[in-house]
Order: sequence, then structure tokens, then C-alpha cells
Amino acid sequence: MTNSDHNGHHDHAGDHSELSETEIRVRALESIFVSKGYVDPSTLDVIIDLYENKIGPKNGARVIVKAWTDPAFKQWLLTDGTAAVASMGYTGHQGEHIVVPENTPDVHNIVVCTLCSCYPWPLLGLPPSWYKSAAYRSRVVLDPRSILAEFGVTLPDTTKIKIWDSTSEMRYLVLPMQPPASIGWSEDKLIELVNRDSMIGTRMATDPATLS
Amino acid sequence: MNTIHDMGGMHGFGSLRLDIDEAPFHFDWERRMFAVQQATGRLGLWTIDMSRAEIEAIPAEEYLIDDDYFRRWVPRLEHFAVRYGLASVEEIAAGKALVPPRAGLVAAKPASVEQFVARGNSSMRPQAAPARYKVGDRVRARNYQPATHTRLPRYVRGRIGTIAIVHGVHVFPDTNCMGVEDRQWLYSVEFDGREVWGDTADPNVMICVDVSEPNISAAA
Repeated sequence: MTNSDHNGHHDHAGDHSELSETEIRVRALESIFVSKGYVDPSTLDVIIDLYENKIGPKNGARVIVKAWTDPAFKQWLLTDGTAAVASMGYTGHQGEHIVVPENTPDVHNIVVCTLCSCYPWPLLGLPPSWYKSAAYRSRVVLDPRSILAEFGVTLPDTTKIKIWDSTSEMRYLVLPMQPPASIGWSEDKLIELVNRDSMIGTRMATDPATLS
Repeated sequence: MNTIHDMGGMHGFGSLRLDIDEAPFHFDWERRMFAVQQATGRLGLWTIDMSRAEIEAIPAEEYLIDDDYFRRWVPRLEHFAVRYGLASVEEIAAGKALVPPRAGLVAAKPASVEQFVARGNSSMRPQAAPARYKVGDRVRARNYQPATHTRLPRYVRGRIGTIAIVHGVHVFPDTNCMGVEDRQWLYSVEFDGREVWGDTADPNVMICVDVSEPNISAAA
């Protein structure tokens, strides 16, 4: 085991000069599995391309914008999230069952997985590092306001904070409040306001005044 | 099992590292690890709960190395490789195949990835019996300390909450981790922050935890 895997090493695919123990172990598994025929190397490339380049938070943002602009869809999303997001094609692996809690002036929702790092992949892609970190997983259930403060978000003490701990195969997507100044905007413009963290609940939707 | 993975409510992990860029992978080995795990999962040798249980069995000092999520996948897949006859300890140490492959396994084809990901693998099952609880019912989370996998976090065990959502019947992780598929009603149970963390806790925090029916009982 080494503690230095992340210290001073940057992503250098193809640079074999200083392989960490972790790199060597991963390479061993891949090489054995490929040579024994358990894994098709082209399949690995397709999987990486899918999660690195194709599935990401723009999917979730499209759902949020539709909910902001279409009251019937919003109602459907809040009562049967799975069917509503499936109608847009965003269902599947690690997002088979979707629940969408709505932020309001009275209740602010935040999603976590304290036990591992469950996250709605088809809607948001793979999670950011902080979502998987011990700091976030341990503290957001105990002291969510301190987590929000680190994101620069301060809510009134009277606002209820509801934490959704993803302890089953249900996956949660927060419906952030639409900034009032953006009412009437086109969908193309609105999507710029739906930042990834706002759908986890650690930020608000982006302030329209900050868009260029 | 009461290992380091069950960290809700713990102190001591410091501030968030919001300075790390938010790409899904930061090292090429993470990319490879992710893809190899996803592809070998398609061999159908283990369930998601067996997979989680294997991560939970990693000793705390190793689990926390670099606080790296993908780093934990390495010992998991090594253990699975040996247990399911995919590779021997000697082969893993040598970094190459030394004996013939386990027969009867079929590698997932590249063209199958998109459809597999789009279809997913639902944990929901048909309802054989009615749900014991309904929205608004008060329930107490089971207080028990299984040495095997459970999705009931320690911080709610023994605490009283209210049924917020009835999610339907789903595979029960506590047995699925041993390869036995039991089907149970699943609920979102809402706990008041003060019930979980005590009288001095923030009165305006609520925590919703998904809990299978065997892990709750009716509360007065």
C-alpha cells in the first residue's frame, strides 16, 4: 500500500516510467482478464467513453428545465420520477428508480450516500470527488449547514433541511428552485442555470445575474 | 457490518476538497479500474450487495487510503477474481495468466454496452403481500449489529421515524449479499434530526433513509 498515489502524480496515460502499486495492480487484473477472455478490450473503451464523454449532468439539467417550464411534467416528475425521466430517455444502470424532491422556500433537499457513493448515473454521470469523500458522507447528515457553508450557501435557520441518504436502489435528484429573474427564459438559456451541484442540493441554481 | 464505510455522523474527516477538478477520473488507472469492474460485473458472478459487502470488508486503514473511491475497487476485484476462479493469487502477483481460463464465461461485447446501461438492473420485484406500513406510520429502525452486509446505517438504529414514501417491493440487501434473493417492501423513513442526534441538534434537519421492512417495527 502506498499513500503517495495521488501526491504529485498527474494523469499520465502511457507514461510507464513510474507506476504506482495501484497502477500495477489494476494493470494486472486487466491484463489477466483480457488474456483469459473474460473481458473484451473494446468493451472497456466503450464503457469509458460512455461515462467520460456521453453521460453527464446535462441530462439532469434538461429534466430540471422541463420541470421549470412545463407544470404537467413537473407534477409527473414529483409523483413518478422514474417514469418522467424515462420519457426523456434518462433511465438505466444506477438510475433504475428515481425520486425527485422539490426545493421550496421552506424545505431544502440534499442527497448523500453515507454508506458508499450511490448517485443517479443516467442523470448526473459519475459523482465528483467531494461527493464520495469521507468528509461529505460523514458530516452532511449531522451538520448539513456546515457543508452548505463550504459551498457558499447560507439558508435561514427556519428553512428545513431534508437529507436523503441513498441507502437502497432508489436514486435521488433534487429539483432546485428556479431563480425568479429567469421566468420566461428559453430552455437553451435556462439550462445554463442548472449546475450539477444544485441537483445534489449543495448549491442553488446559478444566479442569472452571473451569466455573461 | 459496523466498519468504516458506515460513516454517517462521524467527526474528524476535515473540510471538503472542492479544489479537486470534477472530472469522473483523475488517473488513467481509475478509468481502467472502473471499466474492468463494470465489464467483469457482466459475467454475472456476483450481486450488487455482494459487491458492496466486499468493499465494506476492507480494513479501515486501507479503506481510507487517499480517501479514494476507485482505490477500494482494486482489492475487491482481486478478492472476487480468486473467489470465483477468474485468477489465482499467483497470477495476480505475476500480472499475467499462468493457467487456462475458467470455462463457460462470456465476455460482454462492446455493442452490448449501450443497451445494458440503458436497461439497467432493477431491484424491484412483484408484490406478493401487502405493505405492512403506510405513509405517516411511526416506525422504529431495528437495533442490531450484523457482522454481514446491511443497508441500515448505524446512526438510525433504534431511532423512531415516520414512513415518508412506500417504494414498492425490492430485493433485500441483507440476504442478497449472500446470494439469496429475498423480496421485501422498501420505505423511505424520515427521522427528525433531534431524534437521531439528540436535543442539542439543529431542530430543522430531517433525514430520510431507505429501509427494508424487516429492519423496522411499528412504534407507538
